[in-house]
Amino acid sequence: MSENPLLHRDLLDSGPPEGMTRGGKRLDHAEGTSTPLRPKVREPQPRGARIRGNRPVDQSEAANRFIAAPEHEKMHDERLWDLRQKRDREMHGIPEWEELRDLASAIKEHTLTHLDAYLEQFETNARANGVQVHWARDAGEHNRIVLAILESHGAKRLIKSKSMLTEECDFRPFMAEHGIEIIETDLGERIQQLDDEAPSHVVVPAVHKLRADVAQVFAEKLGSDPDTEDVHYLAETQREATRPLITSADAGMTGCNFAVAETGAVVVCTNEGNADLSANTPPLHIVSAGIEKVIPRLDHLAVFVRLLSRSALGSPMTQYTSHFRGPRAGGEMHVVLVDNGRSERLGMEKFWPSLKCIRCGACMNTCPVFRRSGGLSYGATYAGPIGIILDPTFNAHKYSKLPFSSTLNGSCSNVCPVKINIHEQIADWRKVMSETHELPLMKKAMMKAAGALLASPALYRAALPLADSALRHLPRFIIYNRLNAWGRGREVPHAPKQTFHQWYKENRGREK
Amino acid sequence: MSSRDEVMASIRAHRPKLVRPEPSVPLFDGATPANLLEAFGQQLARMGGELLKPDPVDPLAPVRDKLLGAKVVCSNAPEVPGNKALVPGMKPADLADVDYGVVRASFGVAETGSVCLTDANLGVNTLGYLPQRLIVLLDPAEIVINIHHAYRRPEWRQARYAVFHTGPSATADIEGVLIHGAQGVRSLSVLPLARQ
Repeated sequence: MSENPLLHRDLLDSGPPEGMTRGGKRLDHAEGTSTPLRPKVREPQPRGARIRGNRPVDQSEAANRFIAAPEHEKMHDERLWDLRQKRDREMHGIPEWEELRDLASAIKEHTLTHLDAYLEQFETNARANGVQVHWARDAGEHNRIVLAILESHGAKRLIKSKSMLTEECDFRPFMAEHGIEIIETDLGERIQQLDDEAPSHVVVPAVHKLRADVAQVFAEKLGSDPDTEDVHYLAETQREATRPLITSADAGMTGCNFAVAETGAVVVCTNEGNADLSANTPPLHIVSAGIEKVIPRLDHLAVFVRLLSRSALGSPMTQYTSHFRGPRAGGEMHVVLVDNGRSERLGMEKFWPSLKCIRCGACMNTCPVFRRSGGLSYGATYAGPIGIILDPTFNAHKYSKLPFSSTLNGSCSNVCPVKINIHEQIADWRKVMSETHELPLMKKAMMKAAGALLASPALYRAALPLADSALRHLPRFIIYNRLNAWGRGREVPHAPKQTFHQWYKENRGREK
Repeated sequence: MSSRDEVMASIRAHRPKLVRPEPSVPLFDGATPANLLEAFGQQLARMGGELLKPDPVDPLAPVRDKLLGAKVVCSNAPEVPGNKALVPGMKPADLADVDYGVVRASFGVAETGSVCLTDANLGVNTLGYLPQRLIVLLDPAEIVINIHHAYRRPEWRQARYAVFHTGPSATADIEGVLIHGAQGVRSLSVLPLARQ
């Protein structure tokens, strides 16, 4: 990986080596960086989008504040790009990679078009294994079901592993209201819980934070030394603080990466082993599973297990891939199958393929907008490319501006392990927003002008050399002004002297 | 109508009416490594684990070396004696004081350097997580080529709990700095040793 040029060379850490080595080689499994990185300057952590009731979330406002914190922005950009490069390395190591992606997509589409049958099969098999299966129409019902299970056991403390579904359900605030103590056991998620922030990324929840930010949170909440920013010290502090909570918890909860219909098993992938601790230490294990997580067979599971961690982190496998098929002797296992808008999404002609998502985060790691604005700028449960096509299905008004936080470069679709046409859906959501009048005024005026131009090939060809020439000759203050969002936070590329059409006419047009 | 019926009815009403046949998945085992144990060991090392080299005369010597300074050893593998026994009625949290856990894996996977541990292998499931360190015995004859072959094994239809361990507990949630022993074991060592 060392030949890979860094995006931000100044982050290269020449200090005493951090992380792990084996035989003189740097280990970069799990979410470990392939290159030693370290920010040089302390700066306050930029916070996420400002939420104002049901008013449309202004992602770009929050993104501007993230960009205004250059150490955070650079580290975020570099780390996620590193994950993307590690993903590419793994992809090149597997000749059948593209075949696996085709299979993953086909398995998901087959399952989703037969979802009722596979859910029934899963339920039947899970019940036969001694698992209690519950169904929840929405987030509220999910929370009430879990609360009822906990109350029937007199459970007061619940340890849990990371689950985007429980984020979707506002699970922690609900449980706090009902006097249940929730302990997140994933390090990143625990950092976010202690800082009262949502996860900013589906697999690396605290990726937007620097070590100094974590040191501050732990000093306040765990009583660690605020001046010690050593990452090993911080991780050890959390381990020691969480362990007694794990061993004394009344109940454990996990999410579900895959539910295998033919065996009735729930599969959970973690790097820390915290799902295994959460499920295996207390006498009660509750699983929150979205209904779209079911897959037919073990043969299919192999495809997803091979793709998930490689796509997410560029690591060949999560450290732990755990299969819970039934309660252990003397224990109890519950699975709550949650709809919360999924079955309706299944009926959205353009958008149902978003249900294929396996929450790997590869689209976030590759997205230039996400890397430079941070996941919390989206002000929604799901961030990045997959987020901006999922969030409007929950609230089309509040998240009406999110589909515009994209350059439509298509990289998200190219890295997606289940081949969701993410960038096409982003464009389709923009159409929906303009048709339902959810478009901001400025965008509307510009779209109208652009629409007229793009509708007429003659007009477009006449305009293009003028625009290119203008880009080459206009003074900087005209290109990089407040009205041109494209000039903000980036350099506009050098305009070519000739348009492609002019070049083609001159060079190839003659040959005919 | 129950929630189950409502969810099912909504799925049936909205399900895309498209023809999407069930794909069959090949085993992708065309390029089998010449030496499965060696391939397994290389992948395990990449994932932060360690493949122990059995002593030709006394195969378990490297395990005993590891256990020399350990105060509490809990073993569910008959080949390795511990000083804390797994007894009926034991609570999962009772293993919190264990320095070294020792178990035998059902099988290994060369592609990823993973070992499969079932509830029967673990005795008490937390033996894989609460000890500070974990030692796994693996029969070199029980290494499959890849994950596709691994899921053809019978364990997934028999065990109530089965897990792939691929290296030790790890995190890099803070600035991408890799750390072993996030919540679970700080190290994972695998000794190739035929089943008795």
